[in-house]
Amino acid sequence: MQLSDVKTIKASPETVWAAILNPEVLKLCVPGCEAMSGSVEDGFEATVKQKIGPVSATFTGVVKLSGIEPGRAVTITGEGKGGAAGFAKGGAKVRLAPVPGGTELAYEVEAAVGGKIAQLGSRLIDGFAKKMADEFFTRFQDALEGPDAADEEAAASPDEAPKKGWFKRLLGA
Amino acid sequence: MPKDYGIGASSKRREDVRFLTGRGVYTDDMALHGQTYAVFVRSTVAHGRIRSVGTEAASKMPGVLAIFTGEDFKDVGGNPAGWLINSRDGTPMHEPKRPVLAHGKVRHVGDAYAAVIAETYQQAKDAAQQISDDTDIEELPAIVDMRAALADSSNRVHDEIPDNQCYDWGWIEDNRAAVDAAFKSAPHVTTLELVNNRLVPNAMEPRASIGEYFPGTGDYKLTTTSQNPHLTRLLVAAFVLGIPENKLTVVAPDVGGGFGSKIYHYGEEALVLAAAKKLARPVRWTAERSESFLSDAHGRDHVTKIELACDKEGNFLAFRTETMANVGAYLSNFATVTPTFLHGTLMAGPYKVPHVYVNVKTVFTNTAPVDAYRGAGRPEATYSLERVIDKMCRELGLDPFEVRRKNFLTTDMFPYTTPVGLVYDTGNYHATLDKAMEMADVAGFAKRRADSAARGKLRGMGLSTWIEACGIAPSNLVGILGARVGLYDAATVRVNATGNISVMVGAHSHGQGHETVFAQIAAEKLGIPESSVEIVHGDTSKIPFGMGSYGSRSLAVCGVAMTKAIDKIVAKGKKIAAHMLEAAEGDITFEDGKFSVAGTDKAKTFGEIAFSAYVPHNYPLETLEPGLEETAFYDPANFTYPAGAYICEVEVDEGTGKVDVVAFHCADDFGNVMNPMIVEGQVHGGVGQGIGQALLESTTYDENGQLLTGSYMDYAMPRAGDVPFYNVDYSCQTACTHNVLGVKGCGEAGAIGSPPAVVNAVLDALHSGGHKIAHIDMPVSPGRVWQAING
Repeated sequence: MQLSDVKTIKASPETVWAAILNPEVLKLCVPGCEAMSGSVEDGFEATVKQKIGPVSATFTGVVKLSGIEPGRAVTITGEGKGGAAGFAKGGAKVRLAPVPGGTELAYEVEAAVGGKIAQLGSRLIDGFAKKMADEFFTRFQDALEGPDAADEEAAASPDEAPKKGWFKRLLGA
Repeated sequence: MPKDYGIGASSKRREDVRFLTGRGVYTDDMALHGQTYAVFVRSTVAHGRIRSVGTEAASKMPGVLAIFTGEDFKDVGGNPAGWLINSRDGTPMHEPKRPVLAHGKVRHVGDAYAAVIAETYQQAKDAAQQISDDTDIEELPAIVDMRAALADSSNRVHDEIPDNQCYDWGWIEDNRAAVDAAFKSAPHVTTLELVNNRLVPNAMEPRASIGEYFPGTGDYKLTTTSQNPHLTRLLVAAFVLGIPENKLTVVAPDVGGGFGSKIYHYGEEALVLAAAKKLARPVRWTAERSESFLSDAHGRDHVTKIELACDKEGNFLAFRTETMANVGAYLSNFATVTPTFLHGTLMAGPYKVPHVYVNVKTVFTNTAPVDAYRGAGRPEATYSLERVIDKMCRELGLDPFEVRRKNFLTTDMFPYTTPVGLVYDTGNYHATLDKAMEMADVAGFAKRRADSAARGKLRGMGLSTWIEACGIAPSNLVGILGARVGLYDAATVRVNATGNISVMVGAHSHGQGHETVFAQIAAEKLGIPESSVEIVHGDTSKIPFGMGSYGSRSLAVCGVAMTKAIDKIVAKGKKIAAHMLEAAEGDITFEDGKFSVAGTDKAKTFGEIAFSAYVPHNYPLETLEPGLEETAFYDPANFTYPAGAYICEVEVDEGTGKVDVVAFHCADDFGNVMNPMIVEGQVHGGVGQGIGQALLESTTYDENGQLLTGSYMDYAMPRAGDVPFYNVDYSCQTACTHNVLGVKGCGEAGAIGSPPAVVNAVLDALHSGGHKIAHIDMPVSPGRVWQAING
């Protein structure tokens, strides 16, 4: 399964780059992520809880970063084992480029599943993966961009999702 | 008036009383004292090198009694293929060992590499998951596509087989030049490339096995879902575990469907026996439905290029095919014969075609093993032939009915030796075609098409004429062709002192209705009520011997064995009667259950003779043994050749691509019919499976060898709403010439004849709507039809 997209983020390439390499950011942006630790050099260990069609499972796995061109590109690969549910593995090539007003982030994702998820949920995988990717980048974008006027009201109400722009504020950007 | 008793009567299926009231006894129904539970640890990757199997943590988990891995069985014999097939160059096929549990490598998703035995099922399941989590398997690139498998010798399913090819078979190799010459000079050649889609058998009852070991005697017992208990005993005992055959009993009790998938011996059966011995406790296993999808032997999976050479009037001159047949990761027991002698020998169909050549390359891939499935090779042959003939008719603007008619063998040509090596003994293909056309009201089709059009639907009519070689099989012939067993069958008829009888048959009934039909025949032959006959099957300790039920062989082989045993009973009864009636043996006749002195009113009933045999007070003991029990083995002289004509009508919705089968007519020649109702039921079931293959069922592996259709959410089985009311006729009967019952076999017919009729009908409908589509591969799903219409 493959998917790709291009997003424009209203933040500088440096800010976006720092966020991509930050396990705290990844933890909050990866849907269902329960734990994320590690470093760029050694890779991250992650625990992600997800439900695909009839199969729900907690995946534990290792995420490695390679092909690092600081500020410009990185390849993220990982494999997660979900016990009886099977496994998921894949990679994303991410490229950053400055554009007026922010950063263009292009990604190409390749993913594969095996075991029970494949046998029971294959027809749901494409939609599921797209939803995961959309959700991730929406959260990522929100974390970096901060609230716009229309969101002020929503931000005022308590919500499980992290408040918009929190990473930007954290960096003092 | 229809007969209400004996041969030819539609006696109700006596076994259905227990099946329909929940009183059947299946393997999983049996509870045994001290029983333990086996769960298998199966690969989640299609191809991988086993670095380590993590058993340590699992071995300490609650309730765990034993863990087995491939290491435990690396020295035991392998499960062999039943037929040795040679390649065109004379070299024997590659025959990799099929282990009880995978060792060294895993070769398909679902390949079992370990097994846990525990006190409860849940404990075994938890420990199996622990092993799976703790096991280190290096995933290797999966080999899924057959063409790629043959082309790339760097990636191998079995390390010792460089091109992943089991064999490259030509039939008949000596005819190849003549066939090629016929194509060169032919006025017209039609070529068609097609896929015969892989099917999951989906028996209602999943596979299940219970192993027992009795330390006091050293005896083993295997209770298992088998179509073929004696073959399983032979394979487990002699080839896999090295148990003396006389120390192993195999029982196949009520079995809920097989369709081929339960003919074979599987590693799970060997494992429960080995574990039972180790623990001296019964060990049971029942497949989950997911395991069935992953590990039952699948069916079909051919990729074929077929060419038809003919003149401009549609007279056939030659057929030539090139087929790649997928055998999956390991050779299942019949995997090597199904795409060869059960397929290539049928490539002349019911036609007088002078030249035929068949090439089959059989390919290993990282998918579940593929083996015989209802029809086994013959559906693949029929589909290829009937599709290419249909395409040729369209190319030349010829009537498909007339083209069949002019190419059919005629009744004066029997016995007829085909260019692919079979000798058809009898048949009347024109009669079944005429009958089918009458049933289908072919003349009224134009009006029905107009009616459909008025409702916005495209209506199409499709024809398929089919023949099969069944009643498997003459041992001397199959021995020459590479079979490693004989294919006779056996029956024992035991007359009890009170005159009722028990018949122990080698055929195994797993839904067919043998208990009824065999009793009808015995009752008629002995002139006793059907209720006085009990049919015993499926237990190697009770029945004399048997080669099981598959290939529409039960009646044509085992039924004939039973008839021969009955003949022996009657012959002995005549001797007893001659003594009791003080007459010459030659003067005794047997009719309607009475032994009489010809030309007199002196007679003894069958019951009186039976009683005398067991209470031999007035009995010729000096010349005749007491008792009345006879066994017969029967080895058929030839295959049997049922044939028929099927006409399917469909409606296609151009907007959605949805196909509805609106009528299905079957005119079959099964030879003599023993129980019409059961024959109809067999045809209904077979056609239902054929419609499933044609329209719905697709077994899909992704490029990594993951099975994407591993449940009924993704694998579409035919449901009642997907099939029409069938119109079935079996009145065109040419009796088989070489068995005393004159029967040919009806079990596979529907699954053989129906897929091409459905696909031909869909294409006819599409052409009537101006869509010039040459072919759509099965399953002809709405998506594929819509795509074909809309480019």
